[in-house]
Amino acid sequence: MAHIDHSRPLEYSTEENRLKILGFWIFLGAEIMLFGTLFASYFTLVDRTGSGPIGAEIFEITPVLAETFLLLASSFTIGLAIHAMRLGSKKATLTFMGITLVLGLAFLGVEIYEFQHYVHIGAGLSVSAFTSILLTTLGTHGLHVTLGFFWGLAIIIQISKRGLNHVTANKAFIFSLYWHFLDVVWIFIFSFIYLKGMM
Amino acid sequence: MEFFERFMVPHPSFLIYVSMVLIALTSIAIVVGITYFKKWGYLWSEWITTVDHKKIGIMYLLTALLMLFRGGVDAIMMRLQLAVPDNTFLDAQHYNEIFTTHGVVMILFMAMPFITFFFNFLVPLQIGARDVAFPRLNNLAFWLFFMGAMLFNLSFVVGGSPDAGWTSYFPLANNEFSTSVGTNYYMIAIQIAGIGTLMTGINFITTIMKMRAPGMTLFKMPMFTWSSLIANLIIVFAFPVLTVVLAMGTMDRLFGTQFFTIGNGGMDMLWANLFWVWGHPEVYILILPAFGIFSEIITTFSRRNLYGYNSMVWSMVIISVFSFTVWTHHFFTMGQGAMTNSIFSITTMLIAVPTGVKIFNWLFTLYKGKIEMTTPMLYTIHFIPLFTLGGVTGVMLAMSAADYQYHNTMFLVAHFHNVIIPGVVYAMLAGLTFYWPKLFGFMLNEKIGKATVWVMSTGFLLAFMPMYITGLDGQARRMSTYSEATGYSTLNMVSFIGAGIMAISFIMLVWNIWYSFKNSPRDIGSDPWNARGLEWATHTPIPAYNFAITPDVSESTSEAFWDMKKNGTKLFKGKIEKIHMPNYSGLPFIMSCAFFLLGFAMIFSMWIVAIIGFIVILGCMVYRSFEKDEGYYIPAEEVEAIEKQYEKRGAK
Repeated sequence: MAHIDHSRPLEYSTEENRLKILGFWIFLGAEIMLFGTLFASYFTLVDRTGSGPIGAEIFEITPVLAETFLLLASSFTIGLAIHAMRLGSKKATLTFMGITLVLGLAFLGVEIYEFQHYVHIGAGLSVSAFTSILLTTLGTHGLHVTLGFFWGLAIIIQISKRGLNHVTANKAFIFSLYWHFLDVVWIFIFSFIYLKGMM
Repeated sequence: MEFFERFMVPHPSFLIYVSMVLIALTSIAIVVGITYFKKWGYLWSEWITTVDHKKIGIMYLLTALLMLFRGGVDAIMMRLQLAVPDNTFLDAQHYNEIFTTHGVVMILFMAMPFITFFFNFLVPLQIGARDVAFPRLNNLAFWLFFMGAMLFNLSFVVGGSPDAGWTSYFPLANNEFSTSVGTNYYMIAIQIAGIGTLMTGINFITTIMKMRAPGMTLFKMPMFTWSSLIANLIIVFAFPVLTVVLAMGTMDRLFGTQFFTIGNGGMDMLWANLFWVWGHPEVYILILPAFGIFSEIITTFSRRNLYGYNSMVWSMVIISVFSFTVWTHHFFTMGQGAMTNSIFSITTMLIAVPTGVKIFNWLFTLYKGKIEMTTPMLYTIHFIPLFTLGGVTGVMLAMSAADYQYHNTMFLVAHFHNVIIPGVVYAMLAGLTFYWPKLFGFMLNEKIGKATVWVMSTGFLLAFMPMYITGLDGQARRMSTYSEATGYSTLNMVSFIGAGIMAISFIMLVWNIWYSFKNSPRDIGSDPWNARGLEWATHTPIPAYNFAITPDVSESTSEAFWDMKKNGTKLFKGKIEKIHMPNYSGLPFIMSCAFFLLGFAMIFSMWIVAIIGFIVILGCMVYRSFEKDEGYYIPAEEVEAIEKQYEKRGAK
């Protein structure tokens, strides 16, 4: 129904699509403020451990490295999915999106293990201000990944049923922005929470 | 029985019982009335599910007026309590609850929807657009806001009101000192409404950036649209901070986290900092659109173009940046050291500079103008000196050393009412009077309108000027009573009388609406004020598609409609084509009801119900994702037929 401009990539091809992409960028601006606030609170509370453990006592490098590799790889594969979409290959798009979600799921698996471990060794949510903000910041990112997983799944189903058109391509592209953003947030978490905490 | 005890009001009084009965009776009357007149279908299909920005705007307006009444009753009760020394009308706990809800209701559930009404109603018309960028998101934003507001108001009769002040400072707001579920209501109701506001912000930035009429560059946008753009940018950057801090507060109260506790590393000042990182910009989210409205009114009734358009825009940009650099002035006395206090003292005072630029620009617009003293203009003329007075006392408060004297006294209360009432409330009422004919097709009575302004200003001065004096004399805010020996009683009685006079002015406003509805002529055309912006270039009542032909403003200035009337610049070029329209949808309403359920269940820690609410929300999102919705077209012939009808009616 909508007017499609074929000189542009499919995800930008209608007026409505362009509005949605800009709107989503603005939403990501809000997300930066959200995570920025969490980071600011983290740095405020990081040394306020009360009677609980400090970061260096509870952080473990192995699962964190695994999470980092899984998420970075998924950011790469979602990029490949969008590239395949631009080339018009439905099958490759679906494959790379599928790999992205599997990697995301694996990331969540490691994170759930990590949280269980923290609670097990006495660093649960209500132990100190430090553990509260640590688990809240990680948890907020984890919730975003969880939501992204189901969101991506819905888009995979739609592309496989309805094919690549201006609606599904737009959705996949916006999803890719979201997924890359989560990766960027993770890099900050990795550097300023884990690495700094372990030093 | 224990299960139901949680829903009881912990500090009941005769007044609350009376309100419960009244609320129940009113609700029953509304339900019976709608059923009797068979209006459920009409309400559902024309209003609840609407994606038309004009109708959503009117729903915001109705909510704002309803909340103005609620917040106003709270205010009268407080002034009545303080009118005489050692009064026992309200006990201390009830007084706590009333000043808390008065603040929250007036700022978040009255002023915010009032400006959002103007965003919704005016922005698409001023930029010559058919609708906002995301019409259905707009509907969802309204219903989330509405559900948040209703959830907050429910606290009053189910479970108990919040009682830790509208700033809800910890540790006062934690479970130990605020024992009822009231503060849970605060955390969760504002969270839900805030999500709606964030959606509004994203929606309007996109609308203004992408949907302007051909030829409308950024520096040709009408002043109200500029103020909306800036205010919505502040919303997008400030509201996520509120989201985080409310989530932390909720977790402290429900899940035992240690963010704002005293022991185990918790830091109560973190709440104060984060709250005001949102809270201070919030002030400018309210005042900038108000300034935009005043600019529209001043240019219209001085019959002159706005003086210093560019400096008006840049002053707003500077204000929006500074608004994020001053939050610490809210707690100069809470031990943050001289250096920090000095820096924030200076940034705070600096905001007076761009604000002063705006005041002078308005004065220069009036200078040599052919001033017509209509009701909206009278509000504006009253606003300038009254607001300046509030600004000056603001600079007094910005001096951190002197603030040790004023802190938490009635002086502060007088100051912020002195900026918010003439600044925001006057702008909203002036704008409402100004745009009333565009909204409803008839004018409000000018005589009653002007009398209302005078009564309101008299009441305002009597209510708030005495507070400056008692504040400097040491009367603390939030104190439920005082003894005769303090000598505050006469001035507090004057304040009470002033509050009563203000209440009368609001009754006059309602009377004016009723009187004009009965008596005003209906054949006023589409431009009764001889106004200047594009919003007046379409018919009254405004057709669903706003403009039959998208206006082209490449040859016009920021006051496109004025140019057309004065210089004969052509606005509507080309012929009528089919128009794409979005479909109405009930999904946002259902989703918002699920948010209400989720919020209510969380407040009372009913986790199974909360999970059900959450699943319904997710279900709505999945349904929306899979839904195919391409909107529909109004054929060109139908548009032409509608346009012909307007011509027949003799509309201009």
